[in-house]
Amino acid sequence: MSSWTVRVREFGLRNLPPERLLPDSQPAYMTSAIYLFGALTISALVVIIGSGTILALKGPAWWHVASIGHFFNSIHLWSVELFFFFMVIHLWGKFWMAAWRGGRARVWMTGAVCFLVAVPCAFTGYLSQQNFDSQWIATQGKDGINSLGVGAFFNALNFGQMYSYHILLLPIAVVAIVALHILLVRRHGIVPPIPLADSAGAPAAE
Amino acid sequence: MRAAKLSNAELNDAARHYDGPYRPYDIVKEVCVCTGIVALIALVLTILFSSPDLPPSTIASWSRTMPTDFVTTALSELDGTSETATYGEPYNHQSGSVQKLWFIDLQKWLGVSHPVNAAYDFVIEPLRMIPDDPSLQSAVSAYKDAPAKTQNAWSTAYSNALAKASTKADGPVAVPHGNYGPVAPMMSSLLALAQSGGLDGDLLTSKQFFQTDYTKPLLFLEDGNVLSDRATYQNLQGSQWGMMNETGSYPGQVWLWLYTFWYQVQTGGLASSPNVDAIVLAIMLVLSLAFILIPFLPGIRSIPRYIPVYKLIWRDWYASTQAKRDTDPPAPRPPPGRAPATP
Repeated sequence: MSSWTVRVREFGLRNLPPERLLPDSQPAYMTSAIYLFGALTISALVVIIGSGTILALKGPAWWHVASIGHFFNSIHLWSVELFFFFMVIHLWGKFWMAAWRGGRARVWMTGAVCFLVAVPCAFTGYLSQQNFDSQWIATQGKDGINSLGVGAFFNALNFGQMYSYHILLLPIAVVAIVALHILLVRRHGIVPPIPLADSAGAPAAE
Repeated sequence: MRAAKLSNAELNDAARHYDGPYRPYDIVKEVCVCTGIVALIALVLTILFSSPDLPPSTIASWSRTMPTDFVTTALSELDGTSETATYGEPYNHQSGSVQKLWFIDLQKWLGVSHPVNAAYDFVIEPLRMIPDDPSLQSAVSAYKDAPAKTQNAWSTAYSNALAKASTKADGPVAVPHGNYGPVAPMMSSLLALAQSGGLDGDLLTSKQFFQTDYTKPLLFLEDGNVLSDRATYQNLQGSQWGMMNETGSYPGQVWLWLYTFWYQVQTGGLASSPNVDAIVLAIMLVLSLAFILIPFLPGIRSIPRYIPVYKLIWRDWYASTQAKRDTDPPAPRPPPGRAPATP
């Protein structure tokens, strides 16, 4: 019986050999600009993490008192806006490709979960701003959170808790899901085009 | 001759394999270039627009600029009529803001996790901490020891008098003479404490040196009009699609548009329902689950086939394969379940 280490290595090599993990060629049908939006989403996440790391290194109050801090806060804000913009276009593109075909349902599902986890990640960021916007969002958001009982353990009015969620717990979740999503994409490859024969004739069978 | 549409199973199988041509691709270069482009766009947006940072409201600033509103709110905390005093779980055992879905009352079931006694936490305890003022401490004791009926009579009289109060910024609230019992000196002292900035610190939940929990000061602020007035001016109210707005003219959480949409729906009294937050969250949870499970939802998963946007996405590929087909001899038909990915 082989060791756990060997099993994990063999599992990885079997499912994701290096040439598939980091391919130097792609199917010839990958020509549309829509394919860029997945990479742009990841790139925006890189900029978010980079600017957020600088903000975290200096502490949550820094950007209110230092112009360079405000600069990095602005980079952080706009990269978040770009992240969601690119991700939504990416998701719409994959929807119209029916990109879940050919055993790729998990690829779609991890992408959808990534969007849904990114929403509270951004929400806790808004709560961590320490300005009027944070006060308003916290006092209004708490009613929805409380209405389903979640307020018992997720208190939007507790800055310390929201800050922890924003800079550690939820980013870890987003990055983990994005990593899983990318590995699944590399494992299954990008979805081939819908055959043109499908566009003619009788209604599609369910 | 019209070709028959593929079944979902056939379409699925056709997407499992691709035996066609490949083209060179540099994934690392793509990600690096994209990161540079995104960083550049974010930099340009930062230089052009910066980011909003409206200073927070404090209890001190509120009590100085809106002293009557502050005292009116403090009185509602004392007599138990404020939103916080009547809220329910997770702050107390009232029911004013408790929501439920049919018989599912999660808010109540999960109990009081952040206990707030509005009268004690927002008024009586802060007044108790004011040193060297025996007449104030006597007034607080008199109020605490009075029967509820007497307390209500004092509060009602003072509340009515506040409608005729005269005031000026940074100053006390002057009300006509009346029988307010100890309520008048208590409110005057609390206003003075708030205007000095002392109440902001007193309301922090933890008694430890380091503070991170702003539950009590935020609840107190929310019970007044200071946050609401500023939010209305900034188009942040729920009826203004405020959930997806940002202060100033900046884009906010625009990805919450669908969540915000339900708060605008008047049909069936949804927007005015006492359970609106629970209902909207339940709707969004169901829609989120459906979003994740699109590959398995009959009808929804076929929309891309009925509205063939894919023809636009892969138009170059379809054109090239069509041209190739026109010049090459016809290929043998593949066996069922192993259709090639290319058309």
